[in-house]
Amino acid sequence: MQRGFKLTGVLTDAELHRLPGAPSVERAAKGPVAVIECAEEFPCDPCEYSCAYGAIIVGQPIINLPCLDEDSCTGCGKCIAQCPGFAIFVMNLNYSKKEATVSFPYEFLPTYKAGEVVNAVNRSGKVITKGKVVDVKNLTNQDRTVVITIAVPKEFGWDVRGIERKEVKAYDR
Amino acid sequence: MGSMSMLTTDVAVVGAGPAGLYAAIEAAKAGAKTTIINEYVEPGGQLTKQIHKFFGSKEHAAGVRGIDISAKLLGSIDELKVEKRMGTLVWSIFHSNILAIAHNGKSEMLRANKIILATGASENAFAFPGWTLPGVMGAGAAQTLINLQRILPGNRVLMVGAGNVGLIVAFQLLQAGSEVVAVVDALPYISGYCVHSAKIARAGIPILTSHTVKKAYGEISVEGVMVVKVDNQCKPIPKSEQDMKVDTICIAVGLTPLVELAWLANCRFTWVASLGGYVPLYDDKMETTVKGIYVAGDAAGIEEASTAMEEGSIAAISAVESLGLMTQQRAYALRAEAYERLRSFRIGPFGKLRDQGKQFIWRERQKYAERI
Repeated sequence: MQRGFKLTGVLTDAELHRLPGAPSVERAAKGPVAVIECAEEFPCDPCEYSCAYGAIIVGQPIINLPCLDEDSCTGCGKCIAQCPGFAIFVMNLNYSKKEATVSFPYEFLPTYKAGEVVNAVNRSGKVITKGKVVDVKNLTNQDRTVVITIAVPKEFGWDVRGIERKEVKAYDR
Repeated sequence: MGSMSMLTTDVAVVGAGPAGLYAAIEAAKAGAKTTIINEYVEPGGQLTKQIHKFFGSKEHAAGVRGIDISAKLLGSIDELKVEKRMGTLVWSIFHSNILAIAHNGKSEMLRANKIILATGASENAFAFPGWTLPGVMGAGAAQTLINLQRILPGNRVLMVGAGNVGLIVAFQLLQAGSEVVAVVDALPYISGYCVHSAKIARAGIPILTSHTVKKAYGEISVEGVMVVKVDNQCKPIPKSEQDMKVDTICIAVGLTPLVELAWLANCRFTWVASLGGYVPLYDDKMETTVKGIYVAGDAAGIEEASTAMEEGSIAAISAVESLGLMTQQRAYALRAEAYERLRSFRIGPFGKLRDQGKQFIWRERQKYAERI
C-alpha cells in the first residue's frame, strides 16, 4: 500500500502534524482551531489576508507554507472559504462531552441543511462515522463556497474532513 | 491582395485569454489604438470555463474565480475602447506586420505597428488502441462542455493525468454530476498540487500513480477501458490489468504552446521541455527575433494565468515604449515591477523549472543576437 500525499493525495498523520499550518495536539484539545492542510510550496496567500486575527502567516516569499499562530487563532472559520485549495478546516474537539465538530468547504449541489444526518468521510473519502450537520454557511463573502459544520464522535475529530456527496438523480442533471 | 481592404492599428493582440487581455489593457491605457483578435466567439480564453477560485497573490486576484476575473478584464477592455474582433481567425502574418484575418468567411488584412501573440496552448494527445472512439476527449474539451455549454460528456469518467489540469477537471466533472472512477498517471507520483489531489481523494476517487491506459473498447463509443500498472521504465506490468466500465476518457497529459503564427512570421525557436516544447526566442521585453512581434502567456512557454497576465503586460509596455507612447524610464520601471512579481511565482518546487526554462530562452536569444 502506497502512502504519502505525493503518491495518494492523502496526508499521513506524520505529514499532517509536521505542517506549520497544523495546530498542536494540546492546542486542538482546548477548542476551535484552524487546521491548514497545505503541504506544498506554490505561490498563494489569500488565507493570510482572510484572518482578522493575524493568525495565518505566509509572508515572503509567497510560496511559503502558511504558518498557523495557534494562540491567536480563535477558530472563527473565516479562512475556510477563502482558501482556493479547500485545504483549511476548523476543528472543535471541545464541542460537547462526546462530540467534536469539523467545518469544511463544500461546492456540490444539492447542498445540506442543518439537522441532516450524514456519512462523514476521512481524507481518503472513506465513510468512517455518522455525523450531524450543525451549521451551513453561505455568506456573500464566501463567494459560493459553502461551509458546512458537522458534529461527529470526538475520537473522529482529527480524521473527518468531509461528507459523502448526495446522489445526483438523473433528472437533476 | 489587390481588392482586399487594409485595416490599420497600433497594437494588434492575437488571443483574448489572460495574457492577451492584459496586453490589450496595458496598450490601450498608454493610448495606443489597440485591436484584440480571438478565434473563439467569446473572449476570455481558458478563464471563461475556470469556475474554481484562483491561487496566487492579491495582485493576481487570488481567491477569485476565473470566470469572474474574465468578466472584470472584459469590462476594462470595453471601457478602454479596445477594438474587439471575436470569432476571427488569424491565418497568417505577412511582412512581419500584416495580419491576415478571416471572419465569417471573409478575409481582411490588418496592418499593425506592433503584434503581440498571446495564442495560448493546445492539449497534448495520447494515443492508445481505441483512442479514436467517441467518448475519448481532452480534459479541456470536457471542461468546455460542462462549464461553458452545460453538457455532461458522460456518466462514468476515467481521467488520464494527475497534473493540475487533470485533477481540477476531474473535480469539476464531479460538480457537474459525473462519476469519476479514477485518475491515472504513468508517473510514479502525483505531479499536480496536493490541495487538488486531496480534494479528489476526499471525494473517494482513487488516484493511481504508475498506471496508464492499455486500451479503450466499445462498439460505437467507449464502453470501458483497460488500465495497466507500469514499472519505473513505464513498461506495462503483465497481468496487472484492471477493467473499468466507463463511457468517457479524459486526457490531461500536458499542453503545447500554440505558436504557428510565430513560425509563419519566421521567428527563431528553441526547444524547452519544461515549458511544453518549441517556444519562440524572446528577450526580457517579450520581443521575438522578429522586430515588432511579441509573445506572451502559454505561447511563450506553458505556465499559469497569473504569469501570463504579467507577460502580457510586459509585452504591451515594451510595444508602446517602442511606439514612443511611453518613456523609457517609465517602461523600465513597470517592467521591473512586473519581473519582481514574476520572480515570486517562479521559485519553489513547481516554479523553479519554469524559471530555468525562461532563463534558457533569454540566453539563447542573447546568443542569437550576438551571432547576427
